[in-house]
Amino acid sequence: MAKQVQQLDRVVIRFAGDSGDGMQLAGDQFTSETAIFGNDLSTLPNFPAEIRAPAGTLPGVSSFQLHFADHQITTPGDAPDVLVAMNPAALKANLPDLPAGRDIIVNTDEFGERNLAKVGYRSSPLDGAELASWRVHQVPLTSMTIEALKDTGLGKKDAARAKNMFALGLLSWMYHRPTDGTLRFLERKFAKQPQVAAANVAAFRAGWNYGETTESFAVSYEVKPASMAPGDYRNISGNLALSYGLIAASRQSGLPLFLGAYPITPASDILHELSKHKSFGVRTFQAEDEIAGIGAALGAAFGGALAVTTTSGPGIALKAETIGLAVSLELPLVVCNIQRGGPSTGLPTKTEQTDLLQAMFGRNGEAPVPIVAPRSPVDCFDAAIEAVRIALTYRTPVFLLSDGYLANGSEPWLLPDLSDLPDLSPDFAVATERPFLPYERNPETLARPWAIPGTAGLEHRIGGLEKADQTGEISYDPANHEVMVRLRQSKVDRIAQSIPPLHVDDPSGAARALVLGWGSTYGVIDAACHRVRRRGIPVAQAHLRHLNPFPSDLGDLLRRYDRVILPELNLGQLALLLRARYLVDVVGINQVRGMPFRAADLEEELWTILQGAAT
Amino acid sequence: MSLASVDLGSSALAGVPKADRPQKAKDFKTDQEVRWCPGCGDYVILAAVQGFLPELGLRRENIVFVSGIGCSSRFPYYMNTYGLHSIHGRAPAIASGLAVSRPDLSVWVVTGDGDALSIGGNHLIHALRRNVNLKILLFNNRIYGLTKGQYSPTSEIGKITKSTPLGSLDYPFNPVSIALGAEATFVARTIDSDRSHLSSVLRAAAEHEGTALVEIYQNCNIFNDGAFDLLKQTETRAQWLIPLTHGEPIRFGADGSQCVVRDGTGELAIAATAAVNPRDIVVHDAQADTPSLAFSLSRLSTQDLRHTPVGVFRSVQRPTYDRLMADQIAQAELTGDADLGALLRGNDSWTMPATPSE
Repeated sequence: MAKQVQQLDRVVIRFAGDSGDGMQLAGDQFTSETAIFGNDLSTLPNFPAEIRAPAGTLPGVSSFQLHFADHQITTPGDAPDVLVAMNPAALKANLPDLPAGRDIIVNTDEFGERNLAKVGYRSSPLDGAELASWRVHQVPLTSMTIEALKDTGLGKKDAARAKNMFALGLLSWMYHRPTDGTLRFLERKFAKQPQVAAANVAAFRAGWNYGETTESFAVSYEVKPASMAPGDYRNISGNLALSYGLIAASRQSGLPLFLGAYPITPASDILHELSKHKSFGVRTFQAEDEIAGIGAALGAAFGGALAVTTTSGPGIALKAETIGLAVSLELPLVVCNIQRGGPSTGLPTKTEQTDLLQAMFGRNGEAPVPIVAPRSPVDCFDAAIEAVRIALTYRTPVFLLSDGYLANGSEPWLLPDLSDLPDLSPDFAVATERPFLPYERNPETLARPWAIPGTAGLEHRIGGLEKADQTGEISYDPANHEVMVRLRQSKVDRIAQSIPPLHVDDPSGAARALVLGWGSTYGVIDAACHRVRRRGIPVAQAHLRHLNPFPSDLGDLLRRYDRVILPELNLGQLALLLRARYLVDVVGINQVRGMPFRAADLEEELWTILQGAAT
Repeated sequence: MSLASVDLGSSALAGVPKADRPQKAKDFKTDQEVRWCPGCGDYVILAAVQGFLPELGLRRENIVFVSGIGCSSRFPYYMNTYGLHSIHGRAPAIASGLAVSRPDLSVWVVTGDGDALSIGGNHLIHALRRNVNLKILLFNNRIYGLTKGQYSPTSEIGKITKSTPLGSLDYPFNPVSIALGAEATFVARTIDSDRSHLSSVLRAAAEHEGTALVEIYQNCNIFNDGAFDLLKQTETRAQWLIPLTHGEPIRFGADGSQCVVRDGTGELAIAATAAVNPRDIVVHDAQADTPSLAFSLSRLSTQDLRHTPVGVFRSVQRPTYDRLMADQIAQAELTGDADLGALLRGNDSWTMPATPSE
C-alpha cells in the first residue's frame, strides 16, 4: 500500500545523541542532501566542549538542528518538528525544546536501566504516559543496524557504530531526500576501509527501507525546493566561507597568505582548512602560543605577506599587546575572533557576541582598530574580503568578529562571480629621488607607505616606541605624540568614507521604530521583524557590518526613529557604544545563554517593547 | 666560475641576494645617535656586527634585524638595514614569521637575558626546536638594565638588586644549556671584549642554516659592572676561560696546563694536563649528532663563571622549518592547481535554473 505523502512548507529536525554517536556527521549529510535538493536551509550544530564526555550522560549530548524550507529562511529554527533521540540523555536534554504534538524518534535499544539511571529516569519514559503529548516512534535502531550488517563480517560493536547512518537513512526516507550524494560521500570518506564503507552504506539503506516498510511511519513528507535566485550554489559553513574569503583576498591582492595561529575552539577549523591549500601559496604556522601566532603573522606582514591570525576571545586577550604593536607599526593584519561564551575559558563550543568591547578597547593607549562583523555563514566570505580591503588600504590591523554560531552553522551559498571580486593590490612603496619617509601619509586615506625588505633604498627601522610624524624616528616630543595619536585615530575614522550607506528594510515606510543588529543575529532579527510586521506593527530593520568606524549615516538613521531596539547576545555592548557616540536611548534585548536568539522569543520581546511604545 | 663567486657552503645565505659592490662597516651605520650608556658593552657588539657584515656581502636591503625590548633591543635603530623593534620577548616569534615567509632575507634577532629567557622564554625554545633560519644574538649582562637594575633570569643566586635587597632567590638559567636542551642546531658563546672571537662566532652563526643562538657576555657598566671580569682580566682569564675548537682536545690555562677529561662516572671534569694521559683529554666535537657532549661542556661553568667554555658548542645540520615549508608549498603548487573557482564550488554544488521547474 502506498504511504501517504504530506506537503510541508518548512521543517526543523534535530539529531541528538551521545558525543560519540556521529550526530554531527548525520546532520551534515542530511544538510548536503537537502542543499542538493534545492531547499533553503540553515543549521545549528550544538556540542559539548568535551571530546567524549562520559557516555550516556547529559553533558555528553551532542545535537545538530537543521531548518529547511520551500522559501527563504534566515534562522536554524526555534523548535524541532522532529527529534531523533539516540539515548535517554538525548531525549531528556532536548525534550524541553519540543512543542507538543511533534515527532520523536527514539532508539529504544539504548533505553536500558543503566542508561536511564545515568540521567535520573527511574523508569523508562517510553513505558508511561510521560511522552503522551508527542508522537513517539519507537525504533530499535542499534539492533536493526547490527542485524542489517550481520553479513558484513563486522563485530557487533563496530556494526553498532553505523546506527547514525541508519537514522540518516530513515530521515532521508521521511523527507524524500536524494541519497546519491550520501552514498558517494560514504564511499569517499571510507575509501581506505571498503568494509566500513559498505557497512555504512548498508546501514543507510536499511534505515531507508525500514521507513518504507514499517507501519510505525505512515506518512512521509515533501518540502518542495525553494525558489532561489538562479545560479550555482553550494552549502557552506561560516568558518569555511571565512577561509575561502581569505584565499580569495590573497588572490585579489597578489599577496601570499600567511596564517599564524594557535589551536582554539571554535576557530581551529580555519587553521585546518587553510593548511590544506598550499597550492594557493598559503603558509600556515601553528605557533607555540597565541602570542607567537600573531607575532609570526605580524612579522610576515612586515615582509609583505597578507597576514592573518585566527583565534577566539581568550586568544585575543593574549594577542592584545601585539595588536597594539600593529597599530603603532601601521601594518596590515587581519585578526579573526570567532567569539565564544566568556569570560575566561567560558563556553568554548557556544556562541556569544561578548567581545565587541574587547575589540574596541582591549589595548593600552589610544589604539583604534577597525572592526568588521559578518552577518551569516555565507557572509563570512565577503566580510573576510572586506577586512582585508581595510587592512591593506589603511595599513592597519582589522578585527573580523565572527562567532561560534556562524562558524559551525551552514546555509546555501550562491557562488560569487570571481570577476566581481574587488582589486586589492597593495601598492608597495618604491624608491624615489626623495628621501624615504616611512610615516609619510596618503592624503586621502592617511595610510603610510608599506615598504618591504628587499626594496633597495627604503631600508628603515620601526618599532613600538612613539614615532616622529613623517620620519618614523623615535620621538618623545609631547606635541608630536598628540599629532600621532590623532593621526592614527583619524585614519581609522576615515575608513567610514569607504563604507556604503546602511540599507534599511522598512516595507511599509511607516515604521517609527528601528531594530538594529550586528553580526550573527541578522537572520533571527530579520525573521522576528517579519513576524512583528505580520502582526500589525511596522518596524524598520538595519544591520551593521562595520562596528568601527560606524557608517557615516548611522547617527542620522538612529535619530530618524522614535525608538531604536538592539538585540545582542551580550549585556549591551553595542548599545553602550551607540549611546556614547550618538546620545540615542537605545533599548537593548539581551541574551547570554550560549545559544542564538530564537525568533519566537525575539518576536515576543519586540512585540512587548513596540506595544509599550504605541500606548 | 671564479673561486670568489663560489658560495662557501653557506646554504643559509644561498637564497639571499648578494651586493653588487664591496661594502664597508660604515655602510651599515645609521644617522641615529646611539643612546646606550657610555662604556656599555653593546657598543662593542654593534661595531663587531657592522664590521663583519661586509664579509657576508649581502644586500643591505635583504637583511633584517628584529629585536624585543630592553637595552640591547635598541640595536636595530643603529643598523642601516631593515629593522623592527618589537615588544618584550616576542622577537623570535615575529622573526620566525618573517623568515618563513621570506627565504630571500637574512633575519637576525637581537635580544637580552630578560627579553629572551624571562618574558620570551617560550618563543626562544620553540624557535630553536623549529630550526627556522634565524640568527639570535642574546646579549647576556645578567641584569635588567632598561628598568634600572633588577635581577634577571641569569643573575647569580643571592644577587642584591633593587628588587632583591636581601638577595635574589631564583636559581639562574644557563642560556647555552637551555638552547642545547631545546636541541638547537647551532649554539655558541662569546664575550663582548674579545672582538676577534666575537666576529668569528658571528660569522659561523651567519653561515649556519637554521636557528643559531649566540650568547654574548656583555658588560652593563651601570647596573652590573664587572660581571664578567673573571673571564676578561688577564690575571684570571686563562684560569677560568675554556676556548672550544671543533676537533681539538680541550685544553686551557697558561700553556694549556689544564684540560677537560671524563671522570669515573663519565661526567666531565677539569684536570691538570700533565697528570693525565693525552688520549684521555676530551676532544671537542661540535658536530656530534646528540647534544650530550655540548651540554656537559655547558654544565662545567658555575654561577660565578668559573670554568666557562666559549666558542661553538654545537653546529649540526638539520632541515630548517622554512625550507621544509617552502618544499611543501612548491610540491603542492606542482601537483595541485590553484583554481579558486573550483575550490569555492567544492564537490557538492548544484544549479538553480533561471526558471524554477515544478
